[in-house]
Amino acid sequence: MKKATFETKVGLAEMLKGGVIMDVMNVEQAKIAEEAGATAVMALERIPSEIRKEGGVSRMSDPQMIIDIQNAVSIPVMAKVRIGHLAEAQILQEIGIDFVDESEVLTPADEANHIYKHDYKVPFVCGCRNLGEALRRIGEGAAMIRTKGEAGTGNIVEAVRHMRQVMSDIRRMTLLTRDELMAAAKELGAPFELVLKTAELGALPVPNFAAGGIATPADAALMMQLGAQAVFVGSGIFAADNPEVRAAAIVKAVTFYNDPAKLVEVSRGLGKAMRGIDMNDIPKNEQLQNRGW
Amino acid sequence: MPTVGILALQGDFDAHNRALAPLDVTTLLVKTVADLDACDGLIIPGGESTTMTKLINGFELYDDILSFVESHPVMGTCAGMIMLSKDASDSRVKPFKVIDLSVDRNAYGSQKESFEADITLSEEFETSERPFRAVFIRAPRVSSWNEADIIPLASYNDVPIIFRQGRVLALSFHPELTDDSRIHSYFVDMIRESLVR
Repeated sequence: MKKATFETKVGLAEMLKGGVIMDVMNVEQAKIAEEAGATAVMALERIPSEIRKEGGVSRMSDPQMIIDIQNAVSIPVMAKVRIGHLAEAQILQEIGIDFVDESEVLTPADEANHIYKHDYKVPFVCGCRNLGEALRRIGEGAAMIRTKGEAGTGNIVEAVRHMRQVMSDIRRMTLLTRDELMAAAKELGAPFELVLKTAELGALPVPNFAAGGIATPADAALMMQLGAQAVFVGSGIFAADNPEVRAAAIVKAVTFYNDPAKLVEVSRGLGKAMRGIDMNDIPKNEQLQNRGW
Repeated sequence: MPTVGILALQGDFDAHNRALAPLDVTTLLVKTVADLDACDGLIIPGGESTTMTKLINGFELYDDILSFVESHPVMGTCAGMIMLSKDASDSRVKPFKVIDLSVDRNAYGSQKESFEADITLSEEFETSERPFRAVFIRAPRVSSWNEADIIPLASYNDVPIIFRQGRVLALSFHPELTDDSRIHSYFVDMIRESLVR
């Protein structure tokens, strides 16, 4: 018997497909998310839109707050660590978190290195903006990839850019010959074996989810149509007017992402979505997506 | 060629689709009653049983899926097993109650306790002398079952993990996550037999 193999890590990511992972800040919100049909919750002290507003250094949440949420729901609980922060990851593993998000939303602890994730029993998810970044994270042991998007903006444009880029990079790999793939690996800055595997599969070697700016059922459906296999919704639910209703609507939209009649049914009468930020109003050095490499 | 439906509201329906690919069947990802009508059997995949319950109720699919699983071969893996069981021991889940099992959700603990192990299949399966690599993810455990009607078809550490009661096959692990197609092939045979009858 072997515990916590790479197969069991990717296996949990497979189970989350076609679902919505929701950011929650307390037990009450976690229960609302579960009741709305979330497949998992991401426990954090401040949702990205608040982190963006308040500034300062953003760190792993208080383990007690995470444990309270673990005790309140039956679905998997995820939590974030700072990029490269080994000790935060060890703490989350120790309390039995189901998935660790090594996330650009928190202030990076290491500007050169990400965590070597194969060393852990707990699976990791990491953000990316293109195929090279995705494959570097998988090389380090990530069992799930998500787009970075631009968290806390309620603006889908960056998640779309990143998913389009990843999917188009993948399609390009499937057209190259083996000798060309080595040059592609060099250009992408990605491990050759993973580039080869991606070319053979015509897909990432691990599940590929969307995150960063999803605020409406239509946003979720858009990301699924572009190739996402599930979505993370951060600020989009609890920064909106009717979180319960909006959360349930986004869950349904992810299942019926290619059925416009169903999308009409779930999209109407939800109340106000989060206000959102135009990308032109965020200076480059304040964009979270540029954290990590 | 039989059509095997895979309930695709949420969960690892892709993995089941891949597992069925080498077998001589047509597969269909099922999201609506019209999809269900085209199927000769149904797989309820792994995933989150609370989410599946929400989606089944939210789109008023419960009665139609129930009448299908009461009259056709059906296989449930992990969350799918919970959805088929008589008792899911959790008010957040509304199962179809077509197999006489009581199931505890997440009985092995959090994700870091997820594991894989070689198990021995009963002789009902082809080449049962070869071990089967079983992958358990936040797995449920069957606490009790109707011993008069159900003989478990495999166990791990004395805990039964495959159950068949008539047309219903339920597993607490994920045969869809490995390349070994013996269990899917067994289920396809169940469908073929039901079509002959």
